[in-house]
Amino acid sequence: MSVQTWTWILVGVTFALYFGIAIWARAGSTKDFYVAGGGVSPLANGMATAADWMSAASFISMAGIISFAGYDGSVYLMGWTGGYVLLALLLAPYLRKFGKFTVPDFIGDRYYSNGARTVAVICALIVSFTYVAGQMRGVGIVFSQFLQVDINTGVVIGMAVVLVFAFLGGMKGITYTQVAQYCVLIFAFMVPAFFISMQMTGNPIPQIGMGGKLEGGMYLLDKLDTLHTELGFNEYTSGTKSTWDVFAITLALMVGTAGLPHVIVRFFTVPKVKDARKSAGYALFLIAILYTTAPAISVFARTNLIDTVSNTKYTEVPEWFKNWENTGLIGWSDKNGDGKIQYVAGSAIEGKNPLFSDGRGTHGERVLKNVNANTENELYVDRDIMVLANPEIAKLPNWVIALVAAGGLAAALSTAAGLLLVISTSISHDLIKKQLKPDISEKGELWAARLAILVAIIIAGLFGIYPPGFVAAVVALAFGLAAASFFPAIILGIFDKRMNKQGAISGMVVGIVLMLFYMVRYKTGLIGVFEPRPSSEWWFGTSPEGFGTVAMIVNVVVSVVVSRLTPPPPQEVQEIVEHIRIPSGAGEATHH
Amino acid sequence: MTDKQKHATAYWKENLKYLIILLSVWFVVSYGAGILFKDALNNIRLGGFKLGFWFAQQGSIYVFVILIFVYVRLMNKLDKKYGFDE
Repeated sequence: MSVQTWTWILVGVTFALYFGIAIWARAGSTKDFYVAGGGVSPLANGMATAADWMSAASFISMAGIISFAGYDGSVYLMGWTGGYVLLALLLAPYLRKFGKFTVPDFIGDRYYSNGARTVAVICALIVSFTYVAGQMRGVGIVFSQFLQVDINTGVVIGMAVVLVFAFLGGMKGITYTQVAQYCVLIFAFMVPAFFISMQMTGNPIPQIGMGGKLEGGMYLLDKLDTLHTELGFNEYTSGTKSTWDVFAITLALMVGTAGLPHVIVRFFTVPKVKDARKSAGYALFLIAILYTTAPAISVFARTNLIDTVSNTKYTEVPEWFKNWENTGLIGWSDKNGDGKIQYVAGSAIEGKNPLFSDGRGTHGERVLKNVNANTENELYVDRDIMVLANPEIAKLPNWVIALVAAGGLAAALSTAAGLLLVISTSISHDLIKKQLKPDISEKGELWAARLAILVAIIIAGLFGIYPPGFVAAVVALAFGLAAASFFPAIILGIFDKRMNKQGAISGMVVGIVLMLFYMVRYKTGLIGVFEPRPSSEWWFGTSPEGFGTVAMIVNVVVSVVVSRLTPPPPQEVQEIVEHIRIPSGAGEATHH
Repeated sequence: MTDKQKHATAYWKENLKYLIILLSVWFVVSYGAGILFKDALNNIRLGGFKLGFWFAQQGSIYVFVILIFVYVRLMNKLDKKYGFDE
């Protein structure tokens, strides 16, 4: 059967499964809607957290980015997993003991102030929308590649699907669909990895195969380093970023992970403090399966790509090359007129995205309009195709290729659903119920939550159709925002009894404003200049992705200084802090 | 101070001690082995891997998973010791 048929079958079957679960787990109360009734087992919660967490960026983009970045890609691997250690040790047990629904709820109560609650709601909204924009784009890309529709139609289909899960089931529906989505996505990610690892190194386990030997006895990584050096790239295992920037980005991603509202909220769905700790462990274990496989896929894909295309005649390239060229994710321009593909260091095109004209060139290739004449490199390869095209590059059976499509959709949809829920909860619970209209009925609140989801999906869809940049780059910035705003306020709220509302609010405001300013100035150039600023102008050599670390440190310093200059928090708040530090008597996550 | 409060304070102190130890390991494997001392460690090889590169791309992740499960065990024991178990 063709890839197309397999895709329809596999996507159809998995979607039927998700819908079935969403209908079975319909939410009856706000408690179901916000925390899935509070009775999710640690393993199920770990799976749901893993699916919630592993987004289109993890599934589709991450291996591709590492594939092009080599050692520099480690920031994502360590950053996105190391944050779970912080989450498990510093946040999850205490927030579970505190026992409310949301992060703004914790901040509002701990800092005895609706002002703090509002700042937290705004931060949650900014972080979640930045993040969800990347997901919707990811959904669009997968749909467009495999169902042969254009990306915008793909985004709209994705919006409709997420709406059904979230609308019907709230947290309860989403939790159990995410359990199914985890199974689909991890299976889809691992199967091609096993195959390719076996093909290239004779060892089916990709984590080990990555360090294995090729036919002829050369280590795979050494061969890749050699290829890279020959073609003028940096050695794969060394990277190009400065040590400080690697350090800063890793820290921003770790702390951002621990501060992401849609991940934190998951720890409210288990019955006990003990379970919150345990489910963080399960979540990281399940995530680590994918995260230790991704760098292996990157190495396999990179080697395969270079081997296949470098100095190959365009007329002799395999089928997949032309397929992806047709979708605009690959582009070739024969600069030296020899009919062969020269793939060397340097950008083949001017600007970020390739522009094609309608006609065909002398060899039948699509004509690139924005060729960069200053480099010898003739090939543009979009990073996002590395995972999606990998099974084709390695000539795997059609059903494996289709499986990857189903997995990519599972990853993108589960994360989008989780984020949309956070957005709707922030609005219906933290804004309407806690501030604007405290006497709203439970039914009214439930409908407000659903209406908020609807609006959020439309906005997210618009972001998906008019995307602000590369999928993963956008997501990476959401972490900087989470690191700069929430994380210090939560940590200080638990570990520093003396922290008061003046300190926390000023810290959060300064942190997020600073981060937003830097992001806008150095990423988009909207302030002052029209082009993004070159890296030579970065403050202390810190990239926008790593700036969350700086903004977080500023947040902590401001918080501590301001809190010491203002009166200590009231006695009952200090008692709350004492209370969340011991695990017994957690009770249910309450709605008050 | 009541007995319960004394218990809670002692529990918190031991908890902080565990956190400091575990987070030190967390820092050493990631920021230490994976970033700051990567170049030096790359001179040592683990099969086909250079050691610093391995820590940055895989090794630290394995250690992270182990750290959380060690933490779960330590804390479960601590809960029992101080009677905060549920």
